[in-house]
Parts: sequence; structure tokens; C-alpha cells
Amino acid sequence: MSEKVIELVHLQKQFGENTVLRDINLSVSKGEVLSIIGASGSGKSTMLRCINLLETPTSGQILYHGKDITGHDMNLSQYRAKVGMVFQSFNLFSNMTALNNCITGQVSVLKRSREEAEAIAMKYLERVGMAPYINARPSQLSGGQKQRVAIARALAMEPEALLFDEPTSALDPQMVGEVLDVMRSLAEDGLTMIVVTHEMAFARDVSSNVVFMSGGVICEEGKPHDIFENPQNPKTREFLTRFLDSHRGNY
Amino acid sequence: MSFLNDVVNIVIKYYPNLLDGVGNTMLIALIGTVAGLVIGLLTGVVRTAPLSKNAVLRVLHKILNAVIAVYVEIFRGTPMMVQAMVIYWGYAFATGGSTLPLIPSGILIVSINTGAYMAEIVRGGIISIDKGQFEGAMSIGMTHSQTMLKVIIPQVMRNILPSVSNEFVINIKDTSVLNVIGVTELYYFAGIIKRQSFETFQTYLVVCVIYFILTFTVTRLLRWVERKLDGNDSYVIFGSQSDSAAEIRISREA
Ligand SMILES: Nc1ncnc2c1ncn2[C@@H]1O[C@H](COP(=O)(O)OP(=O)(O)O)[C@@H](O)[C@H]1O
Ligand SMILES: [Mg+2]
Repeated sequence: MSEKVIELVHLQKQFGENTVLRDINLSVSKGEVLSIIGASGSGKSTMLRCINLLETPTSGQILYHGKDITGHDMNLSQYRAKVGMVFQSFNLFSNMTALNNCITGQVSVLKRSREEAEAIAMKYLERVGMAPYINARPSQLSGGQKQRVAIARALAMEPEALLFDEPTSALDPQMVGEVLDVMRSLAEDGLTMIVVTHEMAFARDVSSNVVFMSGGVICEEGKPHDIFENPQNPKTREFLTRFLDSHRGNY
Repeated sequence: MSFLNDVVNIVIKYYPNLLDGVGNTMLIALIGTVAGLVIGLLTGVVRTAPLSKNAVLRVLHKILNAVIAVYVEIFRGTPMMVQAMVIYWGYAFATGGSTLPLIPSGILIVSINTGAYMAEIVRGGIISIDKGQFEGAMSIGMTHSQTMLKVIIPQVMRNILPSVSNEFVINIKDTSVLNVIGVTELYYFAGIIKRQSFETFQTYLVVCVIYFILTFTVTRLLRWVERKLDGNDSYVIFGSQSDSAAEIRISREA
């Protein structure tokens, strides 16, 4: 068993009276790809946002290499540089070019020189096939291109793990492939990833583990083959049946 | 036409005074607008900053927010002419008779007054930026101040530029109220010229035209700046995606 990069222990999140996550226990080891599936509103985004500390957990622990990051002594900036995030809505800086989107964080957070940051940004923009568009602003790019720049921005921080929150859900169907291809190649290179997705083919083919969430709890967790071919929990079965019915042909 | 003659004569005879007035009006309006914008940015950043986890800092922050709110309400809720009198004569009262130099007093009053409006303009500008911009920055580890400086404020500046231009134009006109404390701006000179020439209508007509030329020019100029800032609609594609040997050049943005 290789070492655990991120581990959630009894994680709980409430918004006011509303308990959105209850007793979540989960871990990702180095080089693993963990896919999280589940119906809308089941708490997938909230869980991912807790891991990046965009939301503060109500109780429980988030361990990064065994160290609880919810403690006050944690350097949030350095942690987030190590565990990056890719959003459904891209969240690229709209006042900057694609290149500067990938440079700013390196200079501000990692204190890299402008030259070094530029070289690293170029490397990752090339990696995602966006090098020709370095001077384009986000508003001038297609959804798929924006998401690839957003991935390059996260990669430029040279993180240890990346969190993806439905990275292809806001894309036109013909652009989904280009983003999934990039993610597949990152997985092959051994990047640790947690991916919230509705792309079942991706979850099945690329993941090391799949988690099915419903109503703020983890209903089932296992190898992709087991979850998709032989789900144990009736809720998982129901979700997959309904999902496959409405997405016939995509799977 | 003796009327036109009168008008032309006023311009010819009093142009040094008129120029002096224009210079002071523009100086006060320009510095007042820029200083007001700085006040607006500072207060806007303070008011939208997340409260600290530290209890003492949190209380200080809340007090500061309350002070800013009071400042904004008072200076937006009273006429600048009255503010000028209160500040100028208040200083004289407090110091037992000494007064502030006039032009700096005018700049101070316009700055504080504009700052109150800018505070609201900037705050609105910051609030209206998509939450995703903050989250994108936070997700790669940027701190709140780094996010503000590099991501949010540049976008806010672009978005509020029309409102800032508007404040500048308002200030060019509203510096005229500073004549109540004797600041030698354009309207003050109009009074002097009227008393010497005894041609009240002709004098104020000339001054009216001058104000219009000033505001019109400034409006056009700032529109042009806005268009410049928006830059090119197109971008250059470097090399080719399919041809990996294609040269990839990096050209930095200014
Ligand atoms: N900031 C928030 N305040 C209150 N409720 C929220 C907030 N964010 C999410 N929720 C609620 O938490 C639940 C889970 O949301 P989310 O994590 O976005 O689900 P998913 O990503 O699985 O669709 C939903 O019921 C949603 O309404
Ligand atoms: Mg979601």
C-alpha cells in the first residue's frame, strides 16, 4: 500500500441547519485516481471544496500526508499550491492572458522569478495543447480551451494532487473529449487526482477507485469494475440504471 | 453686434484670469478625483476583506468598517458647499484663527467628498466581480491581498472607469462651489470679472462655454482611454497545434 496523500476522517459539513456531508471517510494514495459519482446535490462539490478548504468543515479531519490541515497553524497558501483545483466554470482570471493565468500563482505563491515561471507555464500550456493561444484572453477561448488553460494553471504550481469538480459539465459535447484526453494523460503520468464527474466511461476506465455519494454520505466505494458491473448498494444500482438510461450511447 | 463685441472683449481682456481659473479648476478636479479614487480603493478593499480569525483584529476591522460607513453617509448626505465652509472655518476655529492655504483646502475638500462616492463605486465594483475569480486565485494558494492586487482590482478599475470619469466631470463643475471660501477657481474669477466689467450675462455666458468645453473634452478623452484599454478583439496564434516544430514565441503584454 503506497502512502496516503489525502485522507478524510469523519468529515462533516453543515450549512446552518442543513447537514450536507456526514461522516465522510475516504483516502487517496499517491498516483491514484479517485472518481466521485452521484446525483446532483449529493454533496460532491462540497466535499471537494472542503479538501481545498474553500469551505471550512464543521467537524472531522482532513489529513495531508497524515497532518491535519484544518488546524490553525497550517500554511493555507502552501497547502493549496500542493493540492490544486479545477472548476466546472474554469474560473480563469479574466483580466489576464492564458500565459499570465499560468504565471501569476507561481510568482505570488511560489516566489518563482518571472522568467522561471514563464518557462514552466509554457511547458504546461504545451502539455495541454494550448501553447498557440498564450496571448488569448479567457473570453476569446472556447470552453474546452479555457478548461485546458485552467488545468495548465493548476499544473504550473507543480502540485502533488489535483481536484476536479465536474471539469467537463459546462462544455459542449464536442469539447468534452479534448479535456478528458488531457486528464487521461495526467493519470497515466501518475498524478494523484480526485475527480467529480458524470463521465462514466472516464470513471470506469481511468479510476483506481470509485466512490458513489448520495445525500451527503458515501454509499459505496470500490474498484471501478465492481461499482459499474456489480454494485452492491441499491442506491448505486438505481443511480447507474437511471443515469445510463438517460445517457444511452455515451457509455 | 455690440453683444458679440462685449463677449469677445471679455475674453480678450480677462483671458489671463480665465486661464488662471481654468488651471485651478482642473488642478483641483483632477487631484481631487484621483485622491478620491485612492480613498475609494482603500475603503473598498477594507470593507470587502474577510474578517480575521483573531478576535482583536476582527473588532478593529468592524470599527473601521463602521467609521467608513459613517464617513460615506455624512459626505454623501450634505452639500459640498457646506462641507467646504465647515472644514475651512472649522480649522480656523480650532486653531484660533489661522486658516489653511486656499488651493490645498479646495483639493482636500473635493478629495474627501469624492472619496465618499468612490467608496461606494469601488465597493460595488468589487462585489460585482464573479466569486469564481476569488476561488480560482485561492485554489492555487494566492492570499486575499495577492488576489485583490493582481486579479480583482485590475478588473474593478476597468469596470468602474465610466463612473470615475463621471466623477471627474462632476468635480470640474462642482469645484465652482469652492468660491464660498475664496478658492480662485474659474467661477471665482467670473465674479471678479463681472464686478469689473458690469456685464453679468456676457461674463457668465463665457464661463459657461468654458465649463462645457472642459467637460466635453474630458469626457471624449476618457472614452478614448476606455476603448484603448479594451484592446484588440483578436489575438495572434503562435505556431500551429498540429506542427510541434512550429516556433512558439512569447510576447509579453504591456
Ligand atoms: N454555500 C452553501 N450554502 C448552503 N447550502 C449549500 C451551499 N453549497 C451547497 N449547499 C447545499 O449542499 C448540498 C450539496 O451541494 P453540492 O455539494 O453542490 O452537491 P453536488 O456537487 O453533489 O451537486 C445541496 O443541497 C446544496 O444546496
Ligand atoms: Mg457540484
